[in-house]
Amino acid sequence: MAQAFYWQREIECMPRADLEKLQGARLRKVVAAATERVPLYRERLTQAGVTADDINSLDDLRRLPFTVKDDLRDTFPYGMFAVPMEQVVRIHASSGTTGKQTVVGYTRHDIGVWAEVIARTLAAGGTTAADIVHNAYGYGLFTGGLGLHYGSELIGAAVIPVSGGQTKRQVQIMHDFGSTVLCCTPSYALVIAETAAEMGVEFARLPLRVGFFGAEPWTDGMRAEMEQKLAVDALDIYGLSEIIGPGVAYECLEKAGLHIAEDHFLPEVINPDTGEPVGAGERGELVLTTLTKEALPLIRYRTRDLTVLDETRCACGRTCRRMRRVTGRSDDMLIIRGVNVFPSQIESVIVGIEGVSPHYLLAVDRKPGKMDELEVWIEISEDAFSDEMKELEQLEQRVLREIENVLGLSVRVKLVEPKAIARSEGKAKRVVDRRDLFT
Amino acid sequence: MKVSQISVFLENKSGRLAEVTRALAENDINIRALCIAETMDYGVLRLIVNDPGKAKRVLTEAGCTVTETNVLVVEVEDRPGGLARVIEVLAQAGINVEYVYAFVTRLNKAFVVLRVEHMEKAAQALSATGVRLINGDEIYAM
Repeated sequence: MAQAFYWQREIECMPRADLEKLQGARLRKVVAAATERVPLYRERLTQAGVTADDINSLDDLRRLPFTVKDDLRDTFPYGMFAVPMEQVVRIHASSGTTGKQTVVGYTRHDIGVWAEVIARTLAAGGTTAADIVHNAYGYGLFTGGLGLHYGSELIGAAVIPVSGGQTKRQVQIMHDFGSTVLCCTPSYALVIAETAAEMGVEFARLPLRVGFFGAEPWTDGMRAEMEQKLAVDALDIYGLSEIIGPGVAYECLEKAGLHIAEDHFLPEVINPDTGEPVGAGERGELVLTTLTKEALPLIRYRTRDLTVLDETRCACGRTCRRMRRVTGRSDDMLIIRGVNVFPSQIESVIVGIEGVSPHYLLAVDRKPGKMDELEVWIEISEDAFSDEMKELEQLEQRVLREIENVLGLSVRVKLVEPKAIARSEGKAKRVVDRRDLFT
Repeated sequence: MKVSQISVFLENKSGRLAEVTRALAENDINIRALCIAETMDYGVLRLIVNDPGKAKRVLTEAGCTVTETNVLVVEVEDRPGGLARVIEVLAQAGINVEYVYAFVTRLNKAFVVLRVEHMEKAAQALSATGVRLINGDEIYAM
């Protein structure tokens, strides 16, 4: 058995009966707040004929309607905020079709909860006030950077807010500053490992000992590779900005699934087609209800992430349920270098560009030691074909610029011949993912 | 005075050029001159043929992306300085060359294919200095 560390042992190891009682009381409170302050919930709950007074136990959760990402887009930007702007102290956003980002807000209390769940995450890997946390998640609208930052500070660790990029400099800092904890996406961790090897830096000789890798799916094969190359315990972390950001669920050193911070986020797993709960141990879509969020309470939010809920007790002693590593999506979203990409975003760009057809293909690749690459195949249209290379290049550049603008992600654009992309009846095949993430 | 050139968009994948040349061969189209400009992902094949109209039709039917472009073809002496003289005229006239390629005939003459900005102005500048411009029919019938 691995050594167990906790941040809030009394909560993380709370008896199930007490935890469920707490969840029930909080659920009732969040339903009351949402009904009172969010028009969309008032309408939906009225339609469903449910009020907060009907919520007597967790079993009543099933009577509540689902919330989906489109609800946030339809009420863009602040329509689902449950507090006046005076109480909002932070806004984050994830990329979306132009003008339709997913915008999330936090009160001071929400920021506190977020730091708390990140502190639990970091502590589960043995992080203490004595540690030096190298935080290479992007700082900005993306929740990764600031999320890990506040949690590290809460623990009292020394956080280095290095953000992403300039990998050689990152390795140099890890070497010179003696970083003991690494936070970044798993694919970036491998780039750091590769770069260090080229620079002749051996992690086995450095004090680095644990890594928290999330914001994109990874595999056990990658765990073995990271642990070997970086000389760390590689731990998976899970979260999504709609719910709070990173910190929703985290692995302990047992590395046997991700503990959900259940006192803040109530999990269910449903059949994505029927919306009905799946049987114990069955794979389905993770649905989360925020139990303590003030600025943006979400009831039964459909994450679209496919996983299995594990109700067995972990050797670490935590009582909260574990989710297995995410093994797929119930929609067509891709995660590339931690950025969410919906194929429809590409479509929204190219339909507005003269000279290309609306047919496209996304090819995702992960080469050893490299970050994930997204290649966008675009068909030129017959009448736009010019035999002057500079015009083709201008067209290619324009498509590239506009796609990068919308996605906030650098991509490669490849112009292909008209009809080169296979047409299919019904749902078109838009994505070729060569990363083998879900095996 | 302008000559019709056929251009084909080619993805960089094996066999693509062969499909084009096969389609031309099977339809008795004779290639007078060609050049390929390429990037990492695709190329543009430019062709001067004996029957541009038919070539365009045949290639379009074969599923190619084809466009017809007007180019200038000038005759130069097949000796050192032949091309230099032509390019010098264009430079003097301040005309940019988009692309150029050339082929040698059996008559000790070389033909230079030019795509320039301001085609009319270029044609006038070249004629004025005694450069012979070849018309389409002469090329097609070669």
